[in-house]
Amino acid sequence: MRQIIDFILRYKNFLLYLFLLIISLALTIQSHSYHRSKYFNSSNWLTGNIYETTSNITTYFGLGEENKKLVEENKRLRNLLFNQKKQDSMQLDTANITYKVIASQVIKNSYSLPRNYITINKGSAHGIKPDMGVITANGILGIVENTSKNFATVQSILNTKSRINAKIKNTNHYGSLVWNTKDYNTVQLADIERLVPLKLGDTIVTGASSSIFPENIPIGIVKNFDLNNSQNSYNIDIKLFNNMATVKSIYLVNNIQREEIIELEAKTNNDSQ
Amino acid sequence: MIRNSYFINIIRFVLLILVQVLIFNKLNFFGYINPMVYILFLYWYPIKQKRQLFLLLSFLLGFLVDLFSDTVAIHAAATVTIAYLRPTIMRFCFGVNYEFQNFKLTNTTRAQQITFLTLLIIIHHLVFFTLEIFSFENTLLILRKVLTMSIATLVLCLLLSSLFSVNKE
Repeated sequence: MRQIIDFILRYKNFLLYLFLLIISLALTIQSHSYHRSKYFNSSNWLTGNIYETTSNITTYFGLGEENKKLVEENKRLRNLLFNQKKQDSMQLDTANITYKVIASQVIKNSYSLPRNYITINKGSAHGIKPDMGVITANGILGIVENTSKNFATVQSILNTKSRINAKIKNTNHYGSLVWNTKDYNTVQLADIERLVPLKLGDTIVTGASSSIFPENIPIGIVKNFDLNNSQNSYNIDIKLFNNMATVKSIYLVNNIQREEIIELEAKTNNDSQ
Repeated sequence: MIRNSYFINIIRFVLLILVQVLIFNKLNFFGYINPMVYILFLYWYPIKQKRQLFLLLSFLLGFLVDLFSDTVAIHAAATVTIAYLRPTIMRFCFGVNYEFQNFKLTNTTRAQQITFLTLLIIIHHLVFFTLEIFSFENTLLILRKVLTMSIATLVLCLLLSSLFSVNKE
């Protein structure tokens, strides 16, 4: 017994080090394999407020640029609106609405890590829930991962954990969007078969088999492609429409029918077992 | 005097975290270089203090930086490692001198200080990027990142430490 106590006293520094190291390793490895790291993220009160304060100051320097972008988007949407063939009040009926949009601002952005997260200044108090899709005026940005009362973290598409369903525009060839961590303006589209006709400059949009994003949200264009080692599917590099380094105003897309879809899928899985 | 040193260390702790997360994490020089200047806390921390407290403080420092940058606990693991290895590194850089009562960082030569800082930075970055990338297939990528980031961090740390040098008698 005495020897054990002596041992602990002699190596107390080492044991403390080991203890702290194991805590941090356990947290890190857990976050690599599980979907979300629930507690330790920048959506908490302290970090959220510090980021919000500094972002309030720095956004003043980009207001002109940001205004231009918003006017540009408004112009595009007005064009769509005025050229719509029939103006039907039925379309505004809430019973027919599938997607609801919430606007928000980025207060912290990172794009240099292998697993990037974006922090935004709206949280569960504003109706934001995990797994809502996040887009900008130009294209797709990511998926909400954690929320606190006033802030939320978004898993960016520049994250090795991210896999988003995507397709080549106007076709039914689906693949999943991944990132190889090399360049923050380029992502990869995996699982497209070699039979698919593909051209440089083809537009890539979100696919229909995700309950998170609406179909046909722009992602980017094909920058280059070649066959992979096993020669049966393509490696495709996609240049993003978004400039991931300067995103500011964003929209969160809430699929109202998502819960119903998930419930149904879970039920089907249970029945088939 | 002792109270004064506590005070300075607390201010350093808070300021280094804020400077790290609000300025240097957003630098993205060449797209991915973000110097980690908070390592200076471990460089400046008094030598004659309790080691357990030092380890805990280093863990907390790393963990707070993690919280801000959404990296869970990678900074914490790397920082606590160099905190534990610091006495060994110091013995390597300054010889047995450093165990004397009147040893001060400012009394050593410039070359010794730079070696000390470089070793801290390289070990920190090695642990950090190994955990961050987390696959041995990418050993070359890890080494390249360690090298470029270490240089950037070293340059920034040297600049900062000469700006805020402790003694100016």
